[in-house]
Amino acid sequence: MIEVEGLTKRYGATVAVSDISFQVQKGEILGFLGPNGAGKTTTMRVITGFLTPSEGSARVAGVDVVEKPLEAKRHLGYLPENPPVYPEMKVREYLTFVARIKGVARGEIKKRVEEVAEKCAVTDVQNRQIGKLSKGYRQRVGLAQALVHDPDVLVLDEPTAGLDPKQIIETRDLIRGLAGRHTIILSTHILPEVSKTCQRVLVINQGKVVAEGTPDELTRRLQGYETVLVTAEGPAPEIMDRLQQVGGVNLVEPREAADSRVTFEVHAEKGQDVRADLARAVVESGWKLFELKTSGLSLEDIFLKLTTKDLSEEPAAAHAAAVQ
Amino acid sequence: MRNILAIAGKELRAYFYSPIAYLVMAFYTVLCGFFFYSFVATYQMESFRMQAMGGGMGAPPMNLNEYIIRPLFEGVLSVILLLLIPLITMRLYAEEKRAGTIELLATSPVTDGQIILGKFLGALSLFAVLVLLTFVYIGTLFVYGNPSFKPLLATALGYFLFGGALMSIGMWISTFTKNQIIAAGVSFAVLLLLYVVDWVSSYSFSTVGRVLAYIGVTTHFDNFAKGVIDLRDVVYYVSVIVLGLFLTARSVEALKGRAG
Ligand SMILES: Nc1ncnc2c1ncn2[C@@H]1O[C@H](COP(=O)(O)OP(=O)(O)OP(=O)(O)O)[C@@H](O)[C@H]1O
Ligand SMILES: [Mg+2]
Repeated sequence: MIEVEGLTKRYGATVAVSDISFQVQKGEILGFLGPNGAGKTTTMRVITGFLTPSEGSARVAGVDVVEKPLEAKRHLGYLPENPPVYPEMKVREYLTFVARIKGVARGEIKKRVEEVAEKCAVTDVQNRQIGKLSKGYRQRVGLAQALVHDPDVLVLDEPTAGLDPKQIIETRDLIRGLAGRHTIILSTHILPEVSKTCQRVLVINQGKVVAEGTPDELTRRLQGYETVLVTAEGPAPEIMDRLQQVGGVNLVEPREAADSRVTFEVHAEKGQDVRADLARAVVESGWKLFELKTSGLSLEDIFLKLTTKDLSEEPAAAHAAAVQ
Repeated sequence: MRNILAIAGKELRAYFYSPIAYLVMAFYTVLCGFFFYSFVATYQMESFRMQAMGGGMGAPPMNLNEYIIRPLFEGVLSVILLLLIPLITMRLYAEEKRAGTIELLATSPVTDGQIILGKFLGALSLFAVLVLLTFVYIGTLFVYGNPSFKPLLATALGYFLFGGALMSIGMWISTFTKNQIIAAGVSFAVLLLLYVVDWVSSYSFSTVGRVLAYIGVTTHFDNFAKGVIDLRDVVYYVSVIVLGLFLTARSVEALKGRAG
């Protein structure tokens, strides 16, 4: 439903997002996890057509967002980081306006507005000015806005930011209820958030994808190992076998192959430095070793960075994560 | 068209939700009324004097268009617009950028052109209210004398085009900032420049002078104020409007590269 390929976005000299690729299947909820400045918002803005990519492409429901922006936008509902509301408008009036510009058929507008107001629990404030509502209500009006034309794809940028714990739980439930019918990407910098709402997680840091998987897979993986990247020249399957046999190595995954060189991601037991052994294994087998390095920031480091923030915000959730 | 109207309607309503529309209208009504009254008073004194001086009843009445309408539009209203148009256009893009609602518009299935035209139309509608107010005053002239109707229409058209031209430039400037005050200030400065640029031309008869005279927004208002429609003036104002809309579109397009 959503396909992003080789997406890069530069702001002048700063690279906000660098060569990101991923796909989201129909009905799936994908979580975008990353610290501040990781490039979550930037990626979402490209998908929604608010920004043009510097390189690469994004497709929504099979439609390229740069080549056919209008058609792509018809499939999209978007809740930006700050709900895009007009403070002077009343809730109902605002949703009606959005329905109009989103292309909802004239006869359907009233019905759709009532439906989404109901769904997002803003019916009781529908005649109040948006500027006078609490943050939680404004956020829900923002969500209602994203849903009003019943889009196939929902892009939600930190939908629970700034809400109180009760509202967070309600919003998560609401989003989970939307999956299936809608394909959803949501961003957050809170780890428990993704494990509670998302089926699949993409961890990004400094504009790059550093991990991908189901919340379970990720938690299992971060239960502890060291990651080493090995680049060698030789027959890939044999190198892989050989590396696997090195003491302390749990898993070897091919990462990329260029010319005759292959790069493997080697996961080793926590606390063990297997680098010397890996080097010996490669060289003694007669292959050429080109590079050997520990992977920049380990998943755990990233998660640590991400979750530290959460401790103060959501004690219960953080506790749950710690128990896992 | 439906999208354009939806956006125009939203803009117009936004004016009336904020104090801006009322402020602009009150300011305009008072100033316009004051100057209109003083021109009418002068006119009455003058025509009394003319009659007393001897023409008697036989003298032709002074021309209302020449003595009231022209100085009103050319000397006063055009200056007032210089002040008021920036107040009307300042929020068009600056406020959307500040509030983040630009993300809603830009990710909806509407084209930039539709958004721009919608906004322009919305702002123009508020200006139309001002034009209407002016003509309520002018309508009272029909009580005093008999102003000719056709030149009046020409003046109205010219005034509308003049305001539209200032507006499209103001809208363009509003795309550059999130701050309405800055948008208004810069717009005023730019419009003032366009307003006075032809003064320079009276000191120099070179090509530069003629070009400056051509660029000046007031040069082309002269004929309209006299009640004459010259196609060249119409072309000038329409070109400025189109140029302003085009520059706005360019600027909005550039935002997609960097999301200012
Ligand atoms: N308009 C801009 N001009 C220049 N740099 C920008 C702009 N917008 C974002 N950046 C930079 O791009 C990088 C990615 O920013 P982005 O907003 O996508 O991060 P994020 O993951 O959404 O972070 P957060 O969790 O704080 O919302 C940051 O380093 C940021 O400083
Ligand atoms: Mg962000």
